[in-house]
Amino acid sequence: MAEAVERGSEMTAQAGDSLANRVVSALTSRLVIVAPYLWLLFFFLVPFLIVFKISLSQTAIAMPPYTPVFSLTDGMSALLSGLSELSFENYLWLVDDPLYFNAYVSSLIIAAVSTLLTLLVGYPLAYGMARAPASLRPMLLMLVILPFWTSFLIRVYAWIGILKPEGLLNQFLLFLGVIDQPLLIMNTNTAIYIGIVYSYLPFMVLPLYATLEKMDYSLIEAAQDLGCTPSGAFWKITVPLSMPGVVAGCLLVFIPAVGEFVIPDLLGGSQTLMIGKTLWNEFFANRDWPVSSAVAVILLLILVVPIMFFQRAQARAQEQGR
Amino acid sequence: MKSLGSIRRSFAPWNDPAARPYISFEGITKRFGDFTAVDNLTLDIYEREFFALLGASGCGKTTLLRMLAGFEQPTSGRILLDGQDISGIPPYRRPVNMMFQSYALFPHMTVEANIAFGLKQDGMPKPEIEARVAEMLKLVKLEKFAKRKPHQLSGGQRQRVALARSVAKRPKVLLLDEPLGALDKKLREETQFELMDLQQELGLTFVVVTHDQEEAMTMADRIAIMDKGEVMQVATPAEIYEAPASRFVADFVGSVNLFEGVVRERDAKGTTIADNGGMTIRTDIAGEEASPGQPVWFAIRPEKIKVSSRKPANGFNAAEGEIWDIAYLGDMTVYHVKLDDGRIVKTSAVNAARVVEDALTWSDRAWISFPTDAGVVLTR
Repeated sequence: MAEAVERGSEMTAQAGDSLANRVVSALTSRLVIVAPYLWLLFFFLVPFLIVFKISLSQTAIAMPPYTPVFSLTDGMSALLSGLSELSFENYLWLVDDPLYFNAYVSSLIIAAVSTLLTLLVGYPLAYGMARAPASLRPMLLMLVILPFWTSFLIRVYAWIGILKPEGLLNQFLLFLGVIDQPLLIMNTNTAIYIGIVYSYLPFMVLPLYATLEKMDYSLIEAAQDLGCTPSGAFWKITVPLSMPGVVAGCLLVFIPAVGEFVIPDLLGGSQTLMIGKTLWNEFFANRDWPVSSAVAVILLLILVVPIMFFQRAQARAQEQGR
Repeated sequence: MKSLGSIRRSFAPWNDPAARPYISFEGITKRFGDFTAVDNLTLDIYEREFFALLGASGCGKTTLLRMLAGFEQPTSGRILLDGQDISGIPPYRRPVNMMFQSYALFPHMTVEANIAFGLKQDGMPKPEIEARVAEMLKLVKLEKFAKRKPHQLSGGQRQRVALARSVAKRPKVLLLDEPLGALDKKLREETQFELMDLQQELGLTFVVVTHDQEEAMTMADRIAIMDKGEVMQVATPAEIYEAPASRFVADFVGSVNLFEGVVRERDAKGTTIADNGGMTIRTDIAGEEASPGQPVWFAIRPEKIKVSSRKPANGFNAAEGEIWDIAYLGDMTVYHVKLDDGRIVKTSAVNAARVVEDALTWSDRAWISFPTDAGVVLTR
């Protein structure tokens, strides 16, 4: 009898235990789903809304340098009257002054060209890594990631030393006798391209490597078996199948490159027009926070809207069965 | 002495001295580093033959196939296809096609495009490609799936697409690397017969690599049993089973009992062996040359041995023991008989009747016996 009771209590303890476990596991799984959204909410959406609000404000010689400034202690009426002061004037200003339009276009072009260059450099690199003996691959991967261990800023500064007229590159080429006058690369768009390709190469190589490495090599053999030359197999099989990696790599390079500030500032000349520099000037030189916020909001739209369309198209293609 | 003539097939170019082999491996050796995958192998395959390379994994069968396809180059020796040395020809110029074990279907192309791929490489005009693709789809009964992508197909359907793609170019030789390995048992059995029909219909030479002996036995005209990069025996399925050339082959294909002994007598009527356990074995099958006094093995398949509770009349080809184990498989029953000298003999009996009166059971005393043509004498 006593034994039976004991066993009974054991069973309820077990049941209670499993219930608690279930609640905990349900909560954890919820948390796992919610956590990234919370992260996005606090570190993307809220700051973005603040920037958006500033972009609708007016400049003022004050601290912070814009009005109105909401304060939750001033009550509802102050909040409402503050809201009525907001306007889209700053956005109209961006349209009026061709400087901004030109800066956007020029940024997009520079980013597009450097993304293409990064792809041209990164694809063979990733391909070579993916085809290297499996024992070598971790080391090669390490070499690609290695530059991240040094500060980005210092690495870009280092390029000044390489590219300037009396820099390493020119000295080397003069020494070889390839040129008899130093090349003027520093302070040109070429220097910006070099800087971006160099800095963002790992972002291109890593996704490309990931797709190329998991590709089944027997597909290439099958293509060759069916009469395709090795180069034909590359274009007909390898390239189409690595498209997800190409797209991911290009987005990872293109998006930050559009808003890049450090590279054009350090390597590009004074005549280089990029939106990151314009933004910096508005913010720090002119202290016009509302206009610079408007510039930032528009930049975000320029990048986000096409990417959303692209992703939707890709999802649709996937549904149809790629 | 009896010969095995009666179990040979009518299609047997390998017995015709005038027939020229279609594919010849001449002293092929392939080394990877210090590992020898294929060791000085010589093998002939004839036109329209369904040839199987059978062996455990790592025996070199796939390497041999890949050398024929052109993905590997032999370290030494040469491969002749229709009399021409193909050793230096890259895979994309060889008139052979391969069906890959993984199927290797192009995931970004539809079924149709997969099948048309090889034809396009040949620059075939578009209407002809379309006609050929339609024909191939019909052949493998996948007309309705032409526009699907490989990931929308079942395993069996993918296998058919891979097959259609590899025969679409009408290759002289079709190489199949474990063609049915990824299918479940039922589908595999069905597909075996479909492959045989297809081979007949298209009149191609098939070389199939498999580790599944049942598959090889069902489909192939001849089987090459491979071990450690060498061919152990090349023969028809029936010859491999009934007249294995060595203990390895006998043991590898199906189940076998091996009795070790010494030849006592050999004459025109047959061979008499003194088995190490005291049994006298007489056989009238012409097998390996063995002279009196030579140690040999007598190989006999389980189903050739009869188990009975009564002592057989003969004083030879019989031994006494007890029933050690019984496995009832439905269609047949396997008995393990422990002979009095301690050896275990595997026997099997077809369950022709549903109910058997006073059937043998565990620990019963029993006699095993077999006729004089039931087994073969092996010297290796």
